[in-house]
Amino acid sequence: MDAKKVARYGLLTALALVLSWLESLLPSPGIPGVKLGLANLVVVFALYRAGWLPAVVLSLVRVLLVSFLFGNGVSLAYSLSGAVLSLAVMIPLKASGKFSETGVCTAGGVAHNAGQLIAAVVLLGTTRLSYYLPVLCVSGTFAGAAIGLAAAELIRRVPDRF
Amino acid sequence: MALKGTRRNDIKLIAGLLLAAGILALFLHFTRTAGGSVRIEQDGVTTAVLPLHEDTRRTIEAESGTNVLVIQDGAAWVEEADCRDKICVRQGAIRYTGQSIVCLPHQLVITIENGADTPFDAQTH
Repeated sequence: MDAKKVARYGLLTALALVLSWLESLLPSPGIPGVKLGLANLVVVFALYRAGWLPAVVLSLVRVLLVSFLFGNGVSLAYSLSGAVLSLAVMIPLKASGKFSETGVCTAGGVAHNAGQLIAAVVLLGTTRLSYYLPVLCVSGTFAGAAIGLAAAELIRRVPDRF
Repeated sequence: MALKGTRRNDIKLIAGLLLAAGILALFLHFTRTAGGSVRIEQDGVTTAVLPLHEDTRRTIEAESGTNVLVIQDGAAWVEEADCRDKICVRQGAIRYTGQSIVCLPHQLVITIENGADTPFDAQTH
């Protein structure tokens, strides 16, 4: 890995961390699991600019750092299952070429929420959270679409050398 | 404006997801029934099952923190919690079978169940 790559990934990781922190400052809408997912901007940017492997590494490093800095073991499990499922959906959708950044990111947002719900079902040992699925599906769709639109602009406007 | 292929697929995807959520929400709405009891689970273990038709107020204590559960007029809600985000408090009251209040930091799940100990088939207020 050359110095330029090290610098670039370091910068992207720092950006993702700052966005996670920024989002934690925003008032919570009061419904668990409903959030914008600002840090996903950086992950999607990396997915399109650098490829799937850097995006996966960036996402995992971010989840680990955020959980160690602001969270605990439980929040790590939730973030991790959300991030993994989201990437597992976004990578093949992007590769299929059928969707733009917005579509890929929307599916990623819904998958992220589904992942967190699965983690909640496993950790809390209850399957009675299904009534919550529509809420998370709608919020994931809107949050994902918003982040996807923003990411598409970023990917288009940030100069190639970056 | 003519929509490009990917753009059209994006919109189909978003519409499909919203439609799926809507159908699921409608299904859950029309199949809901008023609950009979309140199950309290901590770390996946049931610690208490309380009747929903008996007004009560209970402090649930765990190593990780405390939640105050109120049952009144056939509904249950968390009135107070010493967690950071207070999401369980803001979730409000639940009264239908299958609904739950989850407090992630305290690993607490409060679920409404179709308890057999209800003296009535249905109650109106």
